[in-house]
Amino acid sequence: MTLTSLAFYLFATVAVASSFMVISSRNPVYSVLFLILTFFNAAGLFVLLGAEFLALILVVVYVGAVAVLFLFVVMMLDIDFAELSEGFLQYMPIGATVGLILLLELLLVFGASSTLIDTKPLPQATPDGMTNAEALGRVLYTDYIYFFQAAGAILLVAMIGAIVLTLVPSNNPKKQNIAAQTARTRDDAVETVDVEPGQGI
Amino acid sequence: MDSVFFDTYIWPALIVTAHSLAIILALLVSLAFFMLADRKIWAAAQLRKGPTMVGPFGLLQSFADILKYLLKEVIIPTTANKPVFILAPFVTMFLALSGWAVIPVSEGWAVADINVGILYIFAISSLGVYGVIMGGWASNSKYPFLGALRSAAQMVSYEVSIGLVIITVLLCVGSLNLTDIVLAQETVWFAVPLFPMFVVFFISALAETNRPPFDLPEDESALVAGFMTEYSSTLYVVFMIGELANIVLMCAMCTILFLGGWLPPVDIAPFNWVPGVVWFILKMGLMFFMFAMTKVIVPRYRYDQLMRLGWKVFLPLSLGWVVLTAGFLQYFGMAS
Repeated sequence: MTLTSLAFYLFATVAVASSFMVISSRNPVYSVLFLILTFFNAAGLFVLLGAEFLALILVVVYVGAVAVLFLFVVMMLDIDFAELSEGFLQYMPIGATVGLILLLELLLVFGASSTLIDTKPLPQATPDGMTNAEALGRVLYTDYIYFFQAAGAILLVAMIGAIVLTLVPSNNPKKQNIAAQTARTRDDAVETVDVEPGQGI
Repeated sequence: MDSVFFDTYIWPALIVTAHSLAIILALLVSLAFFMLADRKIWAAAQLRKGPTMVGPFGLLQSFADILKYLLKEVIIPTTANKPVFILAPFVTMFLALSGWAVIPVSEGWAVADINVGILYIFAISSLGVYGVIMGGWASNSKYPFLGALRSAAQMVSYEVSIGLVIITVLLCVGSLNLTDIVLAQETVWFAVPLFPMFVVFFISALAETNRPPFDLPEDESALVAGFMTEYSSTLYVVFMIGELANIVLMCAMCTILFLGGWLPPVDIAPFNWVPGVVWFILKMGLMFFMFAMTKVIVPRYRYDQLMRLGWKVFLPLSLGWVVLTAGFLQYFGMAS
């Protein structure tokens, strides 16, 4: 057993265990924290595969941005734990069926893989003499540039759609006029007044 | 013992551990002096003397402070979420220290000279928000929670412009390796051709590390001490060390990305006799001086001003600069 496979089993075990904790912990904040641990271990697995660029992008995007938003939302939830567990029995049959089907399918795939799929040695992560980022960039921006642009356009439309759907025009918009704020000088903000005693202004 | 096993696994592991310990020790000691420098600069700008009593010129003040914090009783609020409460400061410190693994202080002096060094640093600095959020949430108290929410929104916003600034630099270098980035600045430091990006990066770094004028997560006039309100003694000092280590990491990032890392200002006789690490520390010191002076001079931003600056000024500016740089490099055939 080499160090690589030891590291693989470490990352894989922690990833599976922490993803189990994501769904089983009672406190949703713990769930998100375990989700972050899962992401980290997935990133570790990517590094073992020689895909260090993908690993770090996973950390930057999912841990650094997406999970922060999850945590942001989950922290502000006021959750009644008794109410959460109430629907458990009601939904259990559906969940169990879905899980069972998934398990059967996985078993079928694993059972078939030994006979149907001819196992080949793992392909190299990157072509020779190319870094990770370079190889990925070549695929994304040269070979599949139109698909990439189309995906970008779809995301842009989705973003604009989300903003349009959630933006409620207010009839009392508290807008700051930044130009007016910065254009203010001492002359039009401060005035020296000679106040007579007992008179006031 | 199997000598092959020893040579391939044990020995490299020992060397890496020794390197890491050396850099962590050097970093922690220098952090104590950075802390003191911060206070001294602050004091000098206000015509005070700052700490003077402990050691000559107060040089040992930070050590005395740390010792005092460590000896105090750890107080954990009864309603706090204990595991997360204790974990939070250590997350902050661990992340800030682990960023230093890839920083090349001189040619070939990085503990790990990895190919995606800049992305690693970016990832590490974007995770810094977790310590703050976890600490604020686990305190189970109003002000820390508000501080944590502010921090989450603020750090996510400024990460965007930091990312775009890094992309601009990467376009000019053509590599994600930190050593390559420094070596690409042999003719001219990127601070000169990319000066607006340097300014954007500096200000975003202030926001990313919760430094004044963007220290809204710990805004004392509104939120007591923000996410750190409930922290005391050892946990507090761990938080402080983590924050300071993050600030110094950002100074190192500025140095590497824009000020030519360990390279001398001009490559002629008296300057290139000086070892690279001295230049690196001098430049980092300069950046830290600017961080400290900003704290003294600039009044704190309002939260809406902070968000406006991040999203409406820096984002379009840095995005535009990325397009401009890419176009320029392509047009003049300098793209690598």
